[in-house]
Amino acid sequence: MRLAGLYACAAVAAALPILFPDNYFVTVVGISAGIRVILAVGLNLLMGYAGQISLGHAAFFGMGAYASAILTTRHAWPALLAMAAGLAVVGASAWLLARPILRLRGHYLAMATLGFGIIVHVVMVQATRWTGGPDGLAGIPPLNLLGWSVDTDLRWYGVVMAATLLAVWLSLNLADSQVGRALRAVHGSEFAARMLGIDTGRAKTRIFVVSALFAAFAGSLFAHQQGFVSPDSFNLIVSVELVTMVVLGGMASTFGAACGAIALTLLHEGLVVFEDYEMLIHGALLMAVMIFLPQGLFVGLSQATRRLWRAARRGG
Amino acid sequence: MLDQLLQFLVTGITVGSTYALVGLGFALIYNASDVVNFAQGEFVMLGAMTAIALLAAGLPLPLAAGVATLLTVLVGLLLERFAIEPALGAPVVTTIIITIGAAIFLRGVAMLLWGKDFHSLPAFSGTTPIQLGGATLLPQSLWVLGLTVLLVTLVRAFLNRTLLGKALLACSFNRAAAQLVGINVRVMLRLAYGLSAGLGALAGILIAPITFSSYEAGVMLGLKGFSAAIVGGIGNPMGAVVGGLLLGVLESLGAGLLSSGYKDAIAFVFVLMVLFFEPTGLFGHKVAERV
Repeated sequence: MRLAGLYACAAVAAALPILFPDNYFVTVVGISAGIRVILAVGLNLLMGYAGQISLGHAAFFGMGAYASAILTTRHAWPALLAMAAGLAVVGASAWLLARPILRLRGHYLAMATLGFGIIVHVVMVQATRWTGGPDGLAGIPPLNLLGWSVDTDLRWYGVVMAATLLAVWLSLNLADSQVGRALRAVHGSEFAARMLGIDTGRAKTRIFVVSALFAAFAGSLFAHQQGFVSPDSFNLIVSVELVTMVVLGGMASTFGAACGAIALTLLHEGLVVFEDYEMLIHGALLMAVMIFLPQGLFVGLSQATRRLWRAARRGG
Repeated sequence: MLDQLLQFLVTGITVGSTYALVGLGFALIYNASDVVNFAQGEFVMLGAMTAIALLAAGLPLPLAAGVATLLTVLVGLLLERFAIEPALGAPVVTTIIITIGAAIFLRGVAMLLWGKDFHSLPAFSGTTPIQLGGATLLPQSLWVLGLTVLLVTLVRAFLNRTLLGKALLACSFNRAAAQLVGINVRVMLRLAYGLSAGLGALAGILIAPITFSSYEAGVMLGLKGFSAAIVGGIGNPMGAVVGGLLLGVLESLGAGLLSSGYKDAIAFVFVLMVLFFEPTGLFGHKVAERV
């Protein structure tokens, strides 16, 4: 029962390319939605469950992507090994950063993570010798899984969906584990959690690292799938978008974060037709959702439906 | 070498003044509402761009600057009324996203109105550089410095000397208590938004002749202003001013001595270092967590 939602998602993900073969919205938009779902679900672990904001998550996304890009194009590493190296680098940096940064609270934490994101972005633009500078790195080979090259849209769709479902499954399990409960206690009151014997510093550090690893994994997939990376894909706007996805869907809900990611991806696709008005509408929608549905789209709407359902049953 | 240092210092203080004004705006709004207004940088951009547009429409510079400031104040008040007031008391993340939404919205409006090109405002009193020891100083820098000093003094006097200013400060200490002694908290909120929108707009108009302005110009300025407010200890108006000047000088020294490409990174490394050693900024209140 607990994983019913996951199975439903898996069924939908499998059915879409069969129902709509060669559809742009399935194989192209679907892949980018999948990568964003991994990012949002990972960030939700930190923001939704542990209650720690990060306005610099695109940095970890970018570090994962650049690790794969640099190691495969410049040093001819196999894709999987490059991905593992990227995960190791990101995990270690997140671990080093976690203690000092997670001591901060509220707006100070927002500032520090934001600053970290900007620093990493500046390095991507400036360290031309390694990163290719503002032009980025091209010619990243496709992912190769034990001889099976992922080089068509449909194969990519399959791989990204499998990775997305894996991320959702991990997140659901983590949230329901002892770690997840400890984090929710930290979210409620860090002081009270410490009184209950929870090592709050350790709990926060761990989830920060896990959350960064989700982002790095998504980054590596992104690099191989696009075949090209540039600093623009990992700037402050991306970090803000990631936070928006989590809040838009509804915090502390894995499916909420996933819905937020899908909703924002579709919104971008939809708003393209408005061209110059895209930014204006995007900003207005963000404000409107946060003012009128502060719990987020998924959580807010599902609560409203539940209330309606109960009222209907009582009435009938 | 010494001349060069002096030059970096002069440039840093000029740019830092803008950060100080923007940071001051952050602190005022935070005091009144516990909200960090991420649209603060957009006030700076709106001030500059409106002044440029009005000047192009034929208004004399002082009038264009005045009208642009007033229009930006109006935008600030509208933002408060329609986006902040309905969400009062919401969690930090929610208000952050609302103001980020507002920033994106205002940027979108500016792009529609003025396109994506860079625009510039003529200097207030010529561009003949003034020699200062071995460093050169643009007359516009003097305008920036002079008016920043004036504005900061005025805001300080307003907060400490006038009844209205004291009421605003009272809200920052304890909003419920302020309401109980008869302060209209909503009016204070509007006052804070109007004031900081005005400060932002003036900062934008002052710096526009030195740096160019575009619909995106507010993003980095807003972030630097936020950094200034955080470094100074959020909610401490004079701390924000000191934070802004420090940030400007360090950034300018870093850009000159180390690498100009890494200018923004240097500024934020400094901010991170401050936070790692002083988690509530240099002059922030040490707050104990309530259980």
